[in-house]
Amino acid sequence: MATTLNKKTKSALSVAAIALFLVLVYLGDIVIPAGSSWKMLITVIEKGSIYALVAASMNLLNGFTGLFSLGQAGFMLIGAYTYAIFTIPAASHDTVYQYFEGGVIKWSIVEALEGSLGVFGHYLGMLIPMLGAGLIVAVIAFLIGIPVLRLKSDYLAIATLGFAEILRAFFQWNTLGPVTNGSNVLRKYTTYGNAVFPVLIAGICIAIILLLINSTYGRAFRAIRDDEIAAEAMGINLFKHKEISFVISSFFAGISGALLAMFQTTINATPFNTVMTYEILLIVVIGGIGSITGSVIGAFLFTAASEWWLRGLDAGRWLGISASFMRPGFRKVVFAVLIMLIVLFYSRGIMGDKEFSWDRFIGWWKNLPSNLRAWPERRKAKAAAKREAKAAAAAAKARAKEAKDASDAKKASGEALFTPLPVSDTVMVFDKEGK
Amino acid sequence: MKKILVLALSLVLAMLALAGCGGGGGSADGDVIKIGVFEPASGDNGAGGKQETLGIQYANEMQPTVTIGDKEYTVKLEIVDNESDNAKAVTAAQNLVSQNVSIVLGSYGSGVSIAAADVFADAGVPAIGVTCTNPQVTADCEQYFRICFLDPFQGTVLANYAWESGCKKAYCLSKLGDDYSVGLVNYFVEAFKGLGGEVVEEQFPDKNSDFTSYVANAKKAGCDVFFAPVSTEAAALIIDQAEAQSLGMPILAGDTWDSNVITEAAKGKNVDITVTTFYQEGGNPEFDEGIKAWMEENAEAKTNNGGNTDLAAVTAMGYDAYFVALEAMKAAGSTAPADILAALPSLEVSGLVCGDVSFNEVGDANKTEAFVKKCNTETGSWEFLKTQSAD
Amino acid sequence: MLQTWLPYILAGIAVGGQYALIAIGYTMVYGILRLINFAHGDVFMWSGLIMVYLITVLPLWLSVILVIIFAIVLGTTIEKVAYRPLRSAPRMSIMISAIGVSYLLQNFALYITGGLTKTYPEISFLQKTVKIGSATTKMVTLITPVLTIVLVFLLVMLIRHTKIGMAMRAVSRDFETSSLMGIDINRVITVTFVIGCGLAAIGSVLYFSNYTGINPMSGAMPGLKAFVAAVFGGIGSVPGAVVGAFVIGVCENLIKGAGWTTFSDAFTFVLLIVILMVKPTGLFGEKNIDKV
Repeated sequence: MATTLNKKTKSALSVAAIALFLVLVYLGDIVIPAGSSWKMLITVIEKGSIYALVAASMNLLNGFTGLFSLGQAGFMLIGAYTYAIFTIPAASHDTVYQYFEGGVIKWSIVEALEGSLGVFGHYLGMLIPMLGAGLIVAVIAFLIGIPVLRLKSDYLAIATLGFAEILRAFFQWNTLGPVTNGSNVLRKYTTYGNAVFPVLIAGICIAIILLLINSTYGRAFRAIRDDEIAAEAMGINLFKHKEISFVISSFFAGISGALLAMFQTTINATPFNTVMTYEILLIVVIGGIGSITGSVIGAFLFTAASEWWLRGLDAGRWLGISASFMRPGFRKVVFAVLIMLIVLFYSRGIMGDKEFSWDRFIGWWKNLPSNLRAWPERRKAKAAAKREAKAAAAAAKARAKEAKDASDAKKASGEALFTPLPVSDTVMVFDKEGK
Repeated sequence: MKKILVLALSLVLAMLALAGCGGGGGSADGDVIKIGVFEPASGDNGAGGKQETLGIQYANEMQPTVTIGDKEYTVKLEIVDNESDNAKAVTAAQNLVSQNVSIVLGSYGSGVSIAAADVFADAGVPAIGVTCTNPQVTADCEQYFRICFLDPFQGTVLANYAWESGCKKAYCLSKLGDDYSVGLVNYFVEAFKGLGGEVVEEQFPDKNSDFTSYVANAKKAGCDVFFAPVSTEAAALIIDQAEAQSLGMPILAGDTWDSNVITEAAKGKNVDITVTTFYQEGGNPEFDEGIKAWMEENAEAKTNNGGNTDLAAVTAMGYDAYFVALEAMKAAGSTAPADILAALPSLEVSGLVCGDVSFNEVGDANKTEAFVKKCNTETGSWEFLKTQSAD
Repeated sequence: MLQTWLPYILAGIAVGGQYALIAIGYTMVYGILRLINFAHGDVFMWSGLIMVYLITVLPLWLSVILVIIFAIVLGTTIEKVAYRPLRSAPRMSIMISAIGVSYLLQNFALYITGGLTKTYPEISFLQKTVKIGSATTKMVTLITPVLTIVLVFLLVMLIRHTKIGMAMRAVSRDFETSSLMGIDINRVITVTFVIGCGLAAIGSVLYFSNYTGINPMSGAMPGLKAFVAAVFGGIGSVPGAVVGAFVIGVCENLIKGAGWTTFSDAFTFVLLIVILMVKPTGLFGEKNIDKV
């Protein structure tokens, strides 16, 4: 850890790494042909970055503010619908809202801006409803937060979960059909062309979350997480800060909902259920509660494992192994077992509560060869320590047994085990209750 | 302990990464052509999806090769589970595309097909819908074709049938967030009202298993027919409640109910169930016997069919879809998705078990008749009533 | 008037009784561990599933007993493996562990059943059709409330008048002090899980005899509703959970009867939020004082 870089170099490194990644994703999406199995990598990056954003937003709430909220899927749902409703091209309204006479909103923001501003208008037309999605979610979260945030941890969890369920029913309500299309899917809305789009948007949002965490607000959030009463005593307005955290988290959940809508190209309220929230929560746990970098890594691993790497487990052949017990569903069992192992034995997740830092990365990289070389030694030392501990425990047990035998012998010989306390003025004897 | 676990986990993940990447090399084999099977094996429509897949698998077993041009190819099925979930369907479809399939068959359930349509469109891979009856599947999607009839047609057929049987007031039940049942109910209501009938519409939420009140509502409203074109999972529960509360009116449903799940549930019960469907059992004895023998031999197939060898219409449709795909490849004279796509619109296939297939300008099959079947609750089997058309 | 609403009320009382049997598990575990046992609904689902497999080889009475034993073993194993090691960890970790277990149980059920709905075996005397006034219903509808009340009465007696009941009350009042007083905490927790899961297993027999399809997600909704019932009645209070469950069961069916079928599930959560806002301790809950 001896190496430290100055701030400028670090920022330069970060920018370079991110730019390289973006360029690779951009080129990857163009170059890789549709029939190649590497195309899944691009899909994973798209979905992974969207999940990374929503996981980071959940982490802001659960990991940094200590509010155990399970409403993320519901907020994503509103975000997804808001985006979709305002970007369906006018010409497609009649087919999309086929049971509701074309719906009530008969225009698309994208088309309106495209007409006057061209390509720039196209992207602006996508960004505006996306931001709008975030803002509407934020407003709704603000309203929900007023009553809900006064609740204690697990009541808060169940109440937010309840709100998400109510929202789902609301969006499927036939009476709102002219806007939400009721039970039917929304589709044909504007989506992005290249995988770099969701990565870029998610990246910017995550960067904002990181900045927020390192601000005074972030410190206040952490103070609330660590000890509410102490934080209040230090002059932090509990409710206000909880509300801020809740609203901001929901805002980003809304944005990621809009991105998810674009990724899926069709949207329907049914999949935004508790299972989805649980999956996001598990991503946060895998990455490490209290680490945004962890959430990002967790999101990519989770998506890659569930959508790509483990799929062979369902099909009956995987890593060259084929077995009859590998039938549909096996993938999910293996996956759930892996998650349980992480929760139980590695509850700090991949990153714990630490963020990625170039210093640590470089230090780790530099020490990697020596660490690898030292590994057998260390293992030996550890094994030795374990043996020693075992021996010590055995010795202690033997000693205890000896002592017990001795005391038993004493008892048998009638000798008093304890010397009774002298009853004097210095010893107070309390009366029994109620006397 | 912890360190070892971490190490083991990371090793597993690293291996996975390699496996994921290594998969690309295998597909280079020139004599293999891949057909993607995009069906649910779990979730709400798992039972139906599995039966449809069975038809495709049986067809593949019957005809494992195809001669395109003058070269013989082995047909390999790539089966993926779309989990009856619109969100999972997209990545499942993406997965098929990334395995370089030439054509995709599926799915049972319209919602997942609509959700995946754009993925197939982007990749330029043609898809043949087997039993997805919602019009939105093929509307505005050049790549999607289908071999079954559509909901506007089926809804009208059902409404006509109900009206002709003397029903004046219909109770219509659909599932929230399910494109198939909501769509079909919509067309039924439209047609039934057009005939002068009256309707009561209700929807039940996801994961609901308590249908007591819905049955009670239908009785309370004094309806003459209980129209519930929902998934087979819900169907079994509805039949059970109908028996418990002595519903006292016929139950009417669409193609999903033509399944042994329903006959099983209705066996020995005092219920009256009528469905419209694609295939009439006994219409092609050779096929019936062949597939039953195949299921008898193949334990896994029998399990996937629900533990017996009773035939579901979707199985027959899956069988047909496979041959339509082969014919399309032959007509295209190529294994490239783009060529197959170009050959599809003018394709005409005959000799299928559910009737001849040709496509109209939208990509839908030209079908003018549906079979009406009634459940015999004593023997637990379907009895053919008549063929019904839309007019 | 009553004639029209009778079927709904009957159905509501029946499903309420079944929710009550699940809700007791939630409320007791919460009372003692302060943990929302998210996996409880899945234990309930698994009890139903095991019954489907057992009945094919064993007689009915033996299967029912084995199902109850299975649920108890499953519940206590979950507690030992997934909750006990985390007892000193933050509350969020143990709740996440509960969610993880729920995810695992559901996915394992998905694998075993192949994603297909299994039909619950027919228990003829429970599923017999009976006629009450204008309504026809299954026998189980009538048996459920009676059986529920008997079981709850026995449970309340156990909590009030036995040594282990006293220990339970003490632990739920103050976890640490009671352990200092020499109460074997682990034993109390195990007994809590035994009672909770045993009742959930009985509940599963009644519930699935009425709604005969079981799939991996069958436990999720009844589980959530039972939890809401526990909150409604005042978490930690057994009679409260039972009252809450009956209220939810009846209201839900009346709402469906009134034609608001879209919102029948959402209503449960509206009720939850209202009760949390107005009286967070529930109907019979004790006031909880936070200590620094």
